Amino acid sequence: MIKNISNLGDAALYCDFGKEISKEINTQVIRYFKTIQKKNIVGVNNLTPSYNKLIISFDLKKINFKKLKKIIDDIEIIKSDSIQNKKFEIPICCEKEFSLDIKRLEEKLKMKEEKIYENFFKKEFFCYMTGFIAGMPFLGDLDENLRAKRLDTPRVKVPKGSIGLTEQFANIYTFESPGGWNIIGNTPLNIFDSSKENEPNLINPGDLVTFKRITKENYKNYHE
Amino acid sequence: MNKNYFEILRAGINSTFQDLGRNNLYHIGIPFSGAMDNRNYLLANKLTGNDNNNPVIEFAYQGPHLKYHGNTINIAITGDVSFKIKKGNNLIDGECYQSFILENNDELDIISTNKSVYGYLAISGQFDLKLQWSSCSTNIKAKIGSNNGEKLSVNQKIIIKEINQNLVNKKLNYINTKIENIRVMKGTNFDYFSEEGKKLFFGNKFKVSKLSDRMGMRLEGKKIENIVDTNIRSEGLIKGVIQVPADGNPIIMLSDHGTIGGYPKIGVVISADYDKLVQLTPGSSVKFQEVDLNSAETLFKLYDLETQNLISQI
Repeated sequence: MIKNISNLGDAALYCDFGKEISKEINTQVIRYFKTIQKKNIVGVNNLTPSYNKLIISFDLKKINFKKLKKIIDDIEIIKSDSIQNKKFEIPICCEKEFSLDIKRLEEKLKMKEEKIYENFFKKEFFCYMTGFIAGMPFLGDLDENLRAKRLDTPRVKVPKGSIGLTEQFANIYTFESPGGWNIIGNTPLNIFDSSKENEPNLINPGDLVTFKRITKENYKNYHE
Repeated sequence: MNKNYFEILRAGINSTFQDLGRNNLYHIGIPFSGAMDNRNYLLANKLTGNDNNNPVIEFAYQGPHLKYHGNTINIAITGDVSFKIKKGNNLIDGECYQSFILENNDELDIISTNKSVYGYLAISGQFDLKLQWSSCSTNIKAKIGSNNGEKLSVNQKIIIKEINQNLVNKKLNYINTKIENIRVMKGTNFDYFSEEGKKLFFGNKFKVSKLSDRMGMRLEGKKIENIVDTNIRSEGLIKGVIQVPADGNPIIMLSDHGTIGGYPKIGVVISADYDKLVQLTPGSSVKFQEVDLNSAETLFKLYDLETQNLISQI
């Protein structure tokens, strides 16, 4: 449930679901997001769900904070069984040219490369949110022993398709972008496609994701 | 076919197609985009007899130099802009907020914006554009929008698919005012900052950095001290949010901003002052003045009334 609603500036509601980050809390955020999305409330022009927050932006010409807060306070949330989670298996290649930070991670985590990958590949991830750049999924949770801080100096360019780790999360760079996550591999799969206007994102909040290791040969031939 | 078009002799620094932007895509990571200075965008369209979501060309600092080929058309430029129109051997000084006639082989040279960043070129007609999510708005970082998500480039043709019937010359008496004071509401992490830091934020002048673009405006000044945590759990952003990263220098999110961020939010620029904010040039100074939600809403009503009033005068 929403613990508190405040305003973020004069044209957004800041819905706080509590300090904690967990699948349960995030599932509540996603439920609110999907319910509000379906309601098509006049004036609401954007919804941004994240780990434990939901930001509702609105057009100040059509509605204001007080009126919209009342609507959100009174909203009835869609029951859990109506939300479907998709499952994906994402192929990634971890050859040297793609695993830019694996050596750094070996040092940071004091763990051998093989062990890092072993732990990573056996995990099923949950998509908490998408964004920052278009379509980038924030996936959790990594085991405690795989959690590392961001790079001290972020890269100016992280290659498209890179899989990055930071703290309890993994993400996928949907296009070349600056970024500071620890890169361990690269997927040939297109995670964001702006030509598909109805569903440009492959992975959406609430979806479940596992990764599969592929050879360089498979990577190269992926689109053939 | 395609008999009406502009030939780009010089593209300008950052010339892109823009309209009112796109909604309901933050959750997949796509920002609002759209014209940075909404009022000047709307006025440009009204001066050329268009409805209010018609694509225009937005330019920054130096605009494009265009040669027109085709049937007679009207254009209008808004903002604070120096431009010239060349008709044969005649060189005419352009004026903002006034429509001008372009005939076959005329040239339009948008030389520069004056002590401001953005200007707008509207035509009495429709550019031939492919829309994405019902908007032409170009986000060059994400490669989204018309012109394959790219800014305009030299030698390219800008095709006009339709010219409005009944070209009427229009004019508005309006001068852009510049302000140094931008009104801001406290952000959701205002208490992350020291008493000294809070006082600095609402009191000191900040300098607009060169590292500013359609995504964000970086500011330089005395370091704003954080006493809680220089990171927060990543969460949604909206335009106008002022984040303060570990280095203590504020960054204001603008129309092409990343949709999620993890730095504490010290404040949010009020909607009424956004158009003025985006026009602040690198090197100029800005000061933040605190207002509450009620005042921000009232100020927006006034801003909107004034905009509607200007539109109705055209």
